[in-house]
Parts: sequence; structure tokens; C-alpha cells
Amino acid sequence: MTLGVIMLVHTAFDRAEQMVRRWAEGGCPVVIHVDRNVEPATHDHFVHAISDLPDVRFASRSRCEWGTWGLVEATQSAATLMLDEFPSVSHVYLASGACMPLRPVSELEAYLARHPDTDFIESATTADVPWTVGGLDRERFTLRFPFAWKKNRKLFDLAVRLQQLVGYRRALPEGLVPHMGSQWWCLTRQTLEAILQDPKRPAYDRYFKSVWIPDESYYQSLVRMHARRVESKSLTLAKFDHQGKPHIFFDDHLELLQRSGCFVARKIWRDAELLFQTFPQPSAPDQIDAEPNTGAVDRLFSQAVERRTYGRPGLFMQSRFPSSDRQAVLTASPYAVLQGFDDIFPDFQRWLARRTGAEVHGHLFARDRVHFADGVELYRGGLSDHPRLRDYNPKMFLTNLIWNAREKHHCFQFGPADSQGICWTLAKDTNASIWVVTGAWSVPLFLSGRSASEVRAEAARLQRIENKFLKVLRSPQVRARVRIMSLAEFVEAPMDVLQTIIDEIAGHKGRAISEAPRMADIEGLAAFLQDLKNQGMHPFLTGDITALTVQTRRRQSRRKPYIVAGK
Amino acid sequence: MGILTSYRLRWQRKRWRLRALQKGRDLREVANRTKRIAPDDILLFCVFRNEDVRLPYFLSYYRRLGVNHFIMVDNDSQDEGAAYVLKQPDVSLWTTKGAYGDSRFGMDWLTYLQGKYAPGHWALTVDVDEFFVYPFCDTRPIRALADWLDASQVRSFGAMLLDMYPKGPVGSTNYKAGEDPFKTACWFDPGNYVISRNALLRNLWIQGGPRARAFFAGKPKQAPALNKIPFVKWRKPYTYVSSTHMMLPRGLNLVYDQQGGEKTSGILLHAKFLNTFVERASEEAERGEHYKGGKEYKTYAERHGADPDLWCEWSEQYINWRQLEILGLMSKGNWA
Repeated sequence: MTLGVIMLVHTAFDRAEQMVRRWAEGGCPVVIHVDRNVEPATHDHFVHAISDLPDVRFASRSRCEWGTWGLVEATQSAATLMLDEFPSVSHVYLASGACMPLRPVSELEAYLARHPDTDFIESATTADVPWTVGGLDRERFTLRFPFAWKKNRKLFDLAVRLQQLVGYRRALPEGLVPHMGSQWWCLTRQTLEAILQDPKRPAYDRYFKSVWIPDESYYQSLVRMHARRVESKSLTLAKFDHQGKPHIFFDDHLELLQRSGCFVARKIWRDAELLFQTFPQPSAPDQIDAEPNTGAVDRLFSQAVERRTYGRPGLFMQSRFPSSDRQAVLTASPYAVLQGFDDIFPDFQRWLARRTGAEVHGHLFARDRVHFADGVELYRGGLSDHPRLRDYNPKMFLTNLIWNAREKHHCFQFGPADSQGICWTLAKDTNASIWVVTGAWSVPLFLSGRSASEVRAEAARLQRIENKFLKVLRSPQVRARVRIMSLAEFVEAPMDVLQTIIDEIAGHKGRAISEAPRMADIEGLAAFLQDLKNQGMHPFLTGDITALTVQTRRRQSRRKPYIVAGK
Repeated sequence: MGILTSYRLRWQRKRWRLRALQKGRDLREVANRTKRIAPDDILLFCVFRNEDVRLPYFLSYYRRLGVNHFIMVDNDSQDEGAAYVLKQPDVSLWTTKGAYGDSRFGMDWLTYLQGKYAPGHWALTVDVDEFFVYPFCDTRPIRALADWLDASQVRSFGAMLLDMYPKGPVGSTNYKAGEDPFKTACWFDPGNYVISRNALLRNLWIQGGPRARAFFAGKPKQAPALNKIPFVKWRKPYTYVSSTHMMLPRGLNLVYDQQGGEKTSGILLHAKFLNTFVERASEEAERGEHYKGGKEYKTYAERHGADPDLWCEWSEQYINWRQLEILGLMSKGNWA
């Protein structure tokens, strides 16, 4: 058996010449199609350069523009020439000047001999093909495309929309089921002859002339009518990115290509000297019969496309700057915002860190400085504790902080005395869970020992700010998990809330709380709040604290049951 | 509004270009070897002043990346820099005594030369202390990047400026001509950069790093901009607006993705903080020719007696581009 190669060339003629010689050295006759857009001088030079090779022919030239009929026409004329001129050819391989054989031709021929009467062509029905660019799959075959997609995008889109609007549909030739796939195939002589000599070919050609990207569907569809066995895969390793543009192989892909066991790869960068020197490379003796395995290549390129289209969540950088309206996740990992807890429990921060192993910061947005965990001046990534630097762009301060230590679960204290520029960012981030004990700011005011009349203005200010934050947290745009309770509600059953917080932060590592944090002594808070009210400042966010005295007494009662009796 | 804005920007672009034509007259040709530029060559544009210590490594670094021709402007150097450059066969040299500050910090001169020699070429515009790093730069020449960008129909390529510094006082380093500056200045801040978007020109405005943390914490707005677009497939109408931070037409500034994906990007390693810096800071503060009248240099001189130690326990030691990629300072995008 003999393998014949059709090579489509439109650029990089020095490399193309090299490839022609590779194929010819392997004993393959080669039919070359040079794009008619190529300058005559370049063309002539190329023809002359390989004039020493006996089994090379040039097909009549068509104009090949991306996605147009010219490409199919080129392969038709080249294939006809191949079958006529070289009767010994049993298989025809369609390649381009940027396709490089990775394994010797003899191994490819042996592979084909092991699969007699089989056509290797990727061919899938349109219903199952998700890789199309431009959003047109089925419609490629039912609309007309008078304008070039690459050159007249607007007219192209307009024509498509108009046809969709009026519900235009072309009739398919009878018996034809549209299939699509990679344009690089390897067909048997019988199948190719059957396609080219089909009496109905003029009708098919007429039809495909106005199909969009016919080079990916002409042979792919017709092969289904003539082939004895279709192996729906391409023997050419060719990967495409999200724009439908082929990935390019460079010198540093050497090992990847060697391990792939593929016969042919494209596209090779024109200056990838190492690749051109290395391949084709005979397989190791135990690998001669190896099937191509593109797993590693697939993974590499699909990761690249994923990086380009989805990126790394929570990362804001020079080439990834998602607008916040389009992103539900603003940060790299979940974190907790705790408002009011450290007012009620003076040692809350240390206690929480011990219970959960999380990264527990103080008030990150305090006005005096950034209170990082452990009170450091500089945090990971080189974040400064300077409040102005933080307030200059609080959103990016937070996203940086979490990105820099994204393997940890961050918690930080927040409150109405803090800089409030971050509120909306917190509220709109699905990674945030926000716990608010409203009115807890009254506890430190009470503990300060100052009288109600002295702290009245301060209390009013804090309440106003907190109320604003609550409004944000209750707005419909909120994506964070929000739990709001009043001070009165909280002190009624603090352990339940703390247990939930710990379970959420530590996950399965959380254990039942054995040691409770020490609560500030709030005996007398109710009277203090009443004083505030008497001053005309109603602390409505604290809840109804008159019951508090009862509460405190009941908590004590657990330890001293005899007081219950006294009640 | 849309039409008005684009008309205004068009007018602004024309004005910059016209200005460049005028300022181009300040330039005196010393060695014009631009006839050797082949149609596909990659060009580098650079203004320098008293940089003879830095030039040897600079040229060899970019030759190794695959830059084919250097187009350089000597702004009245008093040292051996111009003579050194003149001996290099792949450098075309112009000289001027014009004021750096009056020529948009050299951009007018470069815009003039770019308009003349860069159209149709990939052009890299950098300072003598900026070293371009892009994905796979250790295995693929800059030509590979240019070809890939061409195939992807990308016209401009972003590379954030990354300030590099030594461990210990900057003045205690001892940089010698031809040395790799990142042997000593090999530390950088990995994660304290803040970004906002310029709605008019659509570029990102990046600030942060050691300079913001050490010198500008109290006045962060004045911290130097770190966003740069140094690598561009040039066309005649293009012009840089402010240093290489942003360009017109403004579409060239869209080197970032707004849907959550990552475009391919690089880094300009900034070898500013060497012992040469300490002398520079006092000199430039007096000269007042730099951006905002040398304010930045004045700040350095005031804050640290001009010999700062920028190192901190969270500083990262530079290894390679992959490290910068993992840290999220640059991205491979869909280049694999």
C-alpha cells in the first residue's frame, strides 16, 4: 500500500518545502495546492525549489479564504490529480504546510494496514457538536452566506439575522445528513473515488458552495454515504481555542508531542527549529504499534482555554479585571465578617482563632490602622496596615488579602466605628458570610463608664452608621449570606449562634463548644440604655434589653440553682 | 456622547502626534541604521540619559529575547553611554539636548520615531531599567509571542511594572556594568497592587508595590502608576498618551478581560532600586524634569535620606515567569 499526501500551502514556503521533503523521503507522492492569493514570484520560487522531487505534482490553484468553498475545491482538484497520477496510492492524507509528521511514514502506513478499509475522518452530526465558533451549527446548512465572516462581519451577521427573521431555510439535497469535523482527514482510495465520481456530485457541490465553512463539512458529510467503515477521528493532532484558532506548537512542546504518539501535528510554529529537527522520530520498539493518545495535549490546551475564559476567581490583576456587576464571586475563598461579637466578648478574637484554626483578624477596617491577625504591621503579599492606603481602594485591599492567603478561612471583626467603604463589596460577594449583632456597639459605650449624656452623640452616630449597613444588607442585590440579630436576641442564646459560626468556619473540624468565651459584664446595661432613651436617643437596634436582667440572672442560675427558687 | 467623546479623543491623538512632529525637530541623527530593518523585525524604542552602567546588560538582555533593532534617543548624556551605543551594529541613535520634561518625558521624541519607523512592526517601548518578561520567555523568543498575538488578532500587550529591590539599604548594592541587576535586586512585593479603571481611556490604573507601601502610604493617590502597554503592533496613527501607561486609540488599552477571563500578559521587571538610584534621587529631585516635577524623587529624598530599605518579611524572591504567573501578577491566558 502507498500513502499519498495532499498538501495545502499558503504561507511559510521554506517550512512547506521541508515538509514536502519529509513526506517524499517516506515514499509518499505529494500533490501540492498553492493558494491563488500567493504572489506568482513566491509560487514559482517554491515550485522550482522542489523540482528535484519526482513524485510531486501541483494542483490547479483556487482562491482559499477561511471558511469558503475555495478550500474544498482545492482538495477536490488535488485529490483527483492524486488518484489519476498515482495508481498505487491506496490512502490519501490531507495536510497543510504547517502539519508536521511526528512518526515515520512507515509507522503510519502500518497503522492504516492494521485498519483495512477504514476512513479516518472526524465526522459528527450537527446536533452533537459544541465546538462551533459564531454560534451557528445547524444553521450552517440551512442558511445562505453571501458575505465573508472574516472580512464583512457586520454584513454577515445582518444576512444571518434577516434570514432567521423571515424563517428562511434551504432544502438539503436528498439523503444528505449534515456532519462536521476537523478538516484534516485520511481517506481510502475507494471512498475518495466514490465521493469524487458520484453522479450527484454537481448537486452536492452546488449545495455546499453556500454552506458556511464547507471544508469542515463537505467530506465529513459525504463520507457517511460512501464509506464502509468510518473511524470518526482525525489522525492529525490539531487543537483549537475558544476563538476557533489553532493552538501552535513550540520547541518546549517537544516532550508532549513525543508522548502523544500522534502521527501528524499542527500547527507548528515556523521557527520551532528543535521540533523540525527532531521529528519524524521513530517510536521505541515496544511503542511501534501504539495508538495515538492525546490526553495530555487535550488537558494542556483545555486548561489554557479555561484560564482565558474563566480565569482565577477572586484575582484582580492587570489582565483580569471583571466588572463587579458580572461577577458573583469577588474573592478567592469564603470568609466571615463578624459585627458586634468582640464588643460583647472582649477576648472573642483569640477565642475564635483557638476554636476554629481560622485566620482571625481584628478590625481590618478600623480607622486608626488595619488590625491584621496577630497585630502585625505588614501582612502577606506586602499589605500595609496604613489606613489611608487601605481606604484608597478598600475593595482591592480585601480581595488582595484573601487572594494572598486563600488557603485559609479568614474572619474579621467589623463595626460601625470602622471605615464603611467596603460595605457594598461585602454585601455583593457570595463568599462573604456576615453576622451582625445589632446594637452591640452600646456595650463598650456602657463599659466606658461615661454617662448616657456624654455618649449620647456617639451612640446616635454609631446607630445611624449601623442602620445604613443593615439597609445595604437587606437590599435585593445582596449575594452574601447574612444573619442579623439584635443584641437582645443574641444574649438570650449566645451559645447557639457561636456554635453555628464555628461549624460554618471550621466545617467538620468544628467540635462542640466546651469552653465559652467570657462575656463582658453587662449588668446594668438595661438601665444605661434607658438613660439614653431618657436623653431622647432611642437605641432601637439593641432590641428589648429590659429582659436582659432576667437573662443574666437565669444564666447565673445554672450555676446556682437556689436562686431559681428565689425567683 | 459616544460620538463626541471619540471625536475629542481623536483630536487629542492628533494633537499628540502633531506635537511629536514638532519635538522631532529637536532630534539630531547620530547613526541611522534603520535601512537594515527587515519587514518582520521586532523593534525596541528607548530614551536614556546617563545610563552607561545599565546599557550593556540592557542591550544583551533584549538581544537574547530576539529584538532585531534598537531605536534609541540619547537625552544629553554626560557619560560614555552614547559612545557605547554607537558601536552597536543593531542600534540607530538620535541625540537631543531638549528638556525631558518638555517632551512628555521623552514620549514626544519616541512618538516621532515610532511614527516613522514602527508601522507594520511589533514595537517594544521600554526604559533602560525595565526588563520585559512574558509567558514562556525562557523557552520562546519574542518573535513567538509576536506571531501568536498576530494569529490571535491582538494588537497590544500589557505588562505591569514590578519594582525589584535588594535586601538591605538600596545604597549598599554595588551594580557594575554588564551585570544582571536582578542578582541583587531580586525581591518584589507579591500581592499589594490596587487597580481602578479609567473610564475615558479605558485603561487600568495600577498602583501599589514597595513604593506605595514605603513612600506613599499617607498619600496613596500620588503613588506611581504601574500599568504599562510596552508591546504593540504599530500603526501610523498610534500614540502613547502618558509614558507607556496608556495609548490612543483607546481600544489599544483593553489589555484586560472584563468577563472574568484572563488575557495573556507579562511583567516589566523594574531595576530601579540599585545604588545608582540613591545618587539619581537627589539629582533628579533638583532637576525636576520627571513626572509631576520630580515629586516622586523628592519624596524618596525626604523620607529616607534617599537610602531606603524596601525589604520586608513578605517580599518574594524572583525565580522566573512561572512564579509571577502563579502569584497572579501576570497570566498565560490561552497561550499554552
